Amino acid sequence: MYDPTVARLTYRALLGRRRALILGALPLLLIVISVVVRALAGADDQTAADLLGGLALATMVPLIGVIAGTGAIGPEIDDGSVVYLLSKPIKRPTIIFTKLIVAIAVTMVFSALPTLIAGFVLNGNGQQIAVAYTVAALVASITYAALFLLLGTVSRHAVVFGLVYALVWEALFGSLVPGARTLSVQQWSLAVAHKVTGGDLVTSDVSLTTATVLLVVVTVLATWYAGQKLRSLTLAGEE
Amino acid sequence: MAVEQPLATPAGDQSRIHDIGYRGYDGPRLGRGYARLSLYSQTLRGSYGLGRSVKSKVLPMLLFAVMCVPAAIMVAVAVATKAHDLPVSYTRYAIIMQAVISLYVASQAPQAVSRDLRFKTIPLYFSRPIETADYVRAKFAALASAMFILTGAPLLVLYLGALLSKMDFAHQSKGFGQGLVSVALLSLLFAGIGLVIASVTPRRGFGIAAVIAVLTISYGAVSTLQAIADAQGSSGAVPWIGLFSPVTLIGGLSSGLLGGTNTFPGSDGPTHGQGAVYLLVILGLVAATYGLLLRRYKKVGL
Repeated sequence: MYDPTVARLTYRALLGRRRALILGALPLLLIVISVVVRALAGADDQTAADLLGGLALATMVPLIGVIAGTGAIGPEIDDGSVVYLLSKPIKRPTIIFTKLIVAIAVTMVFSALPTLIAGFVLNGNGQQIAVAYTVAALVASITYAALFLLLGTVSRHAVVFGLVYALVWEALFGSLVPGARTLSVQQWSLAVAHKVTGGDLVTSDVSLTTATVLLVVVTVLATWYAGQKLRSLTLAGEE
Repeated sequence: MAVEQPLATPAGDQSRIHDIGYRGYDGPRLGRGYARLSLYSQTLRGSYGLGRSVKSKVLPMLLFAVMCVPAAIMVAVAVATKAHDLPVSYTRYAIIMQAVISLYVASQAPQAVSRDLRFKTIPLYFSRPIETADYVRAKFAALASAMFILTGAPLLVLYLGALLSKMDFAHQSKGFGQGLVSVALLSLLFAGIGLVIASVTPRRGFGIAAVIAVLTISYGAVSTLQAIADAQGSSGAVPWIGLFSPVTLIGGLSSGLLGGTNTFPGSDGPTHGQGAVYLLVILGLVAATYGLLLRRYKKVGL
């Protein structure tokens, strides 16, 4: 199910040239901001939770997820070079699964790791906040990567639709319509984080069972359907 | 039977590279200004998907609808309840809808420039009588106009609704004017930032993500820092922090100079002096993005 060559090519496509620098700029900014906040405000649990929840988990994780998830397959389909990959005797679901693993790894490294560092900088893991948000970021990375990888195989405008989901649905509708939060990867991952740490600074609107079931179902379904999509992929010209 | 003809090139015709004997074009040549205008109108139409496939009309039209519908709802509520003022001020509206505006510029800025880079059509443009500055000006103006339509239309809806429900004409007109000035500056600023980022990458998807990252992450970071500075009692620093993201720049300008309501945390927004600084920074950024674009296209793809 895992093909090292495909994985190596995907890593190169995602992190080659200057792309790793751009991907690295976001986490760096988060850490810089946490250093500034720590210097200005000192260690404060509520501030740390606000910053990690508002900036890291709500904005940075989905954004990195969109870049890594769609970037793992989107550009290849876009410029047609995916046919060279598809013509090799590798199962299409294997290709998807390998790319998913790579996308998850990249998302985790560039979002969960900085979250942990930022958490320790902000309040030295007081009340387990750093660990809680890191767990949330790790869990969210998996589902985001699967979801956006599927988008990459379905649509040419995958990045836009991914961003619409992450910014408009989760951030805008999530804050206005409480029901929208039930269908939000961010809330599901927060439920898991809440269970892991048991603190009351990290809360979720979704119960743990619902969250876990939905996380697993969405990830598996998205990966399976992406494999199916790739089996019947038709290449079209630009628009 | 074709006989080799002596290739007589008419004097003064410098646009011809080589002559292989086809009949020449001797109709009127519309020149540089016309080419620039065409580039402008094509890009502007393209920004809303006009003249392109149905699929590419979906997103811009959807975002346009999302921008206007809340304004229409507000107007309907205001008319129904016979309110004396709109629930949201004209200058505030764009700040509330900043996610939609960011998405629009992120999706359409790469549309305007990245495909020319990717399909290497840039040398073809520059083999026509337009120059680098014409290309940059046409694209910049087109995207800024598209943004102005996107952000100005809901203000127009609000204004017409306010007049229909017989609110104070002078007060509403003043607010509408201030709102238009603020969205005009917003359009220029966002279009400039979007184009500079998009012109670096030939990949559309990557351009979209980069533009959204710059606009959203900077806004998120600045808002967070402002909230923390306000909570720590150093509310004097709040307006200065606002200088570091495009959205808060427009918000600070609106409340500082254009009489809008304060969009920053804390009780008092930027003063007039700080509003002037905001204006200077915005104009400086617009000029800087224009300069960067000129520099970028001096040697692109040739």
